[in-house]
Amino acid sequence: MQAKNVRGRNYRLGIYARYATLILIGLIFIFPIVFMIVSSFKPDLQLLRDTSSLRAFLPVGDISVDNYIEAFERAPIGRFIFNSVFITAVSVGLGLFLNSLAGFSFAVLEWPGKTIVLAVIIATLIIPFETIAIPLLLIVNFLPWFGLEGFTQGWLDSYQVQIIPFIADALSVFLFTQFFRDLPKEIIEAARIDGASWWQIYQRVLVPISGPVFATAAILKFLAMYNQFLWPLMVAQSEEFRPVMVGLQYFFQLNVAWGEIMAYLTIITVPVLIFYLALQRAFIESIASSGVKG
Amino acid sequence: MKKLLGLLTALLIFTVAGAQTELSMWYHGAGNAAERDTLLMIIEDFNNSQSDWVINLEEFPQESYNESIVAAALSGNLPDIIDVDGPVMPNWAWSGYMQPLNLSEGALDDFLPGAVGVWNGEVYSVGLWDAAIAMFARRSVLEANGIRIPTLEQPWTLEEFDAALETLQASGEFEFAFDPGMAWTGEWYPYAFSPFLQSFGGDMIDRSTFLTAEGALNGEEALAFGNWWQSLFERDLAPGTSQDGADRETGFIDGKYALQWNGNWAALAALDAYGDDLLFLPAPDFGNGPIIGAASWQFGVAASSENPEGANAFIEFAIQDEYLAAFSQATGLIPATQSAAAITPNYAAGGPLEVFFELSNEQSLIRPPTPGYVVMALVFEKALADIANGADVQDTLDAAVDEINADIENNNGYGF
Repeated sequence: MQAKNVRGRNYRLGIYARYATLILIGLIFIFPIVFMIVSSFKPDLQLLRDTSSLRAFLPVGDISVDNYIEAFERAPIGRFIFNSVFITAVSVGLGLFLNSLAGFSFAVLEWPGKTIVLAVIIATLIIPFETIAIPLLLIVNFLPWFGLEGFTQGWLDSYQVQIIPFIADALSVFLFTQFFRDLPKEIIEAARIDGASWWQIYQRVLVPISGPVFATAAILKFLAMYNQFLWPLMVAQSEEFRPVMVGLQYFFQLNVAWGEIMAYLTIITVPVLIFYLALQRAFIESIASSGVKG
Repeated sequence: MKKLLGLLTALLIFTVAGAQTELSMWYHGAGNAAERDTLLMIIEDFNNSQSDWVINLEEFPQESYNESIVAAALSGNLPDIIDVDGPVMPNWAWSGYMQPLNLSEGALDDFLPGAVGVWNGEVYSVGLWDAAIAMFARRSVLEANGIRIPTLEQPWTLEEFDAALETLQASGEFEFAFDPGMAWTGEWYPYAFSPFLQSFGGDMIDRSTFLTAEGALNGEEALAFGNWWQSLFERDLAPGTSQDGADRETGFIDGKYALQWNGNWAALAALDAYGDDLLFLPAPDFGNGPIIGAASWQFGVAASSENPEGANAFIEFAIQDEYLAAFSQATGLIPATQSAAAITPNYAAGGPLEVFFELSNEQSLIRPPTPGYVVMALVFEKALADIANGADVQDTLDAAVDEINADIENNNGYGF
């Protein structure tokens, strides 16, 4: 009886220790966000002074929404957020469709040379974007476009130049291929026996049971697109097409406006949090089932 | 009849407006409302002052402006008028991004030397303002510690400056006697610290040929500078490369540092804190005269511009005294001419920042006007950080020389 009590007490202590550790790790991750939000309400001098103490994480001192007002006065934040959300949403939507089709092809269909093609696509993962940025710039500068103004040459300073080159991406193709490969072959064979076309199998059989991989690919692509900096810096020459990360540079003047930067970062973090929270359950499910992490 | 007249008038206005050729202009000041408002005022005045040209402004954030220009140059999309940071101008001119200015004779006669961008014997750019660095200090602190207040005519010598730092550190009142600004990485290092090297008698490159850094950056004088620089940190007289950015911003105002090497853009905040007690002192004379860096942002004409006469007309219009003064009023920077300074409250005789005009006029030396500067600036920054962190001075300077020389050789001497 006594041994049982000791075992129970040890078990409870273990639980407490585990939770304490998890809470500590959680705090480490949450502190930067708390610092960002709290600092966004402080004037610059106080913000900088507070960084050397725990006050940095507390909404104390001279608290106001002045930084938010001034941030909106300094930069067209609404336009930047719209641009980023639009570019990201279209890229993610088209990306999920095309990359999942590619993954379906690699995982389910049989065609000559697919192993080599897949290997080449995956190999592109090791090429940093910086190395292809300039050739890509020269290419898009000569591509034709048909829009409201009729035929034009060159895609610079537009939405399409920030979307189309990034729709297809190797990581998404890899994720979809792996996920579809792991599905039971019997499902597809049964559908074939029932007379379903490949398109029907993709659309009616695989897509409905592939929520986790779609969520994972969507979140990873969302973050990559929303955080785009170098490419829009090179191609978005007018304010009309600039996204949020380029907009952040508006706040780095000779005297850096730290409070406004924190306010701006808080504002532009909101769409990311909304998107992540919306897909959180499917994302975690995907990690749990496939071991693929973001 | 009235309707007909109205229609004719509208048609006339439309025709005149249509006859104006559009000039595109890129500027680095996005997010800076004061600069934008002033520039827009100048553009509006220019557009209304004649009927040939109309300026179309596009603003970029300063932090990423250079990358945008390079990308536009690669894709053949440069605007007619660009602005360029003074030390970067020779690189852009050499790269074929810019063409020489064609202004009226004498248009730049009264300009501060740092506000005129010259490369290869031709003027490529001109600034409406310049910036200057001074030693921020407090009269009460210097007097309490028995330290002489230096003047432009009689700046501190190396021995005096060193003794002042030792005295201030020994007073125990300050965390550090001197804040050179190690937390501000990037262009700050060559802009703020290469004048120390030059005052010792060294330089980032041999300016007689611009083909080698040998002897200039690793000679006897440079070695003396490097040893002194390292000793600042070894003796704990200055915060090192791990300095907190927040301390750099507020350390002098908070009383953590006795002296601070800082620019005129920080002067008004310091004046708010210390008022009449604040001093803007000249650079110490380490043996070769007191020196500060020069050249800020300037206007130029893109090489690809199809309307250089319009671009030059705008630049000549913009450098009138009233606009130099307006920019200075809006930004706090130094007007590029004495006559413009005289009509600003800050820089006119008796103004709180008057001293900066003289500091700029008397001590300024532009960073090496060579296309290779952009590379040597990075090499210099790394070398100074390494020396501050305890690296062997001679080895570090030799390695920096090798790197700079290799770059010059790889680029066939950058046209020299």
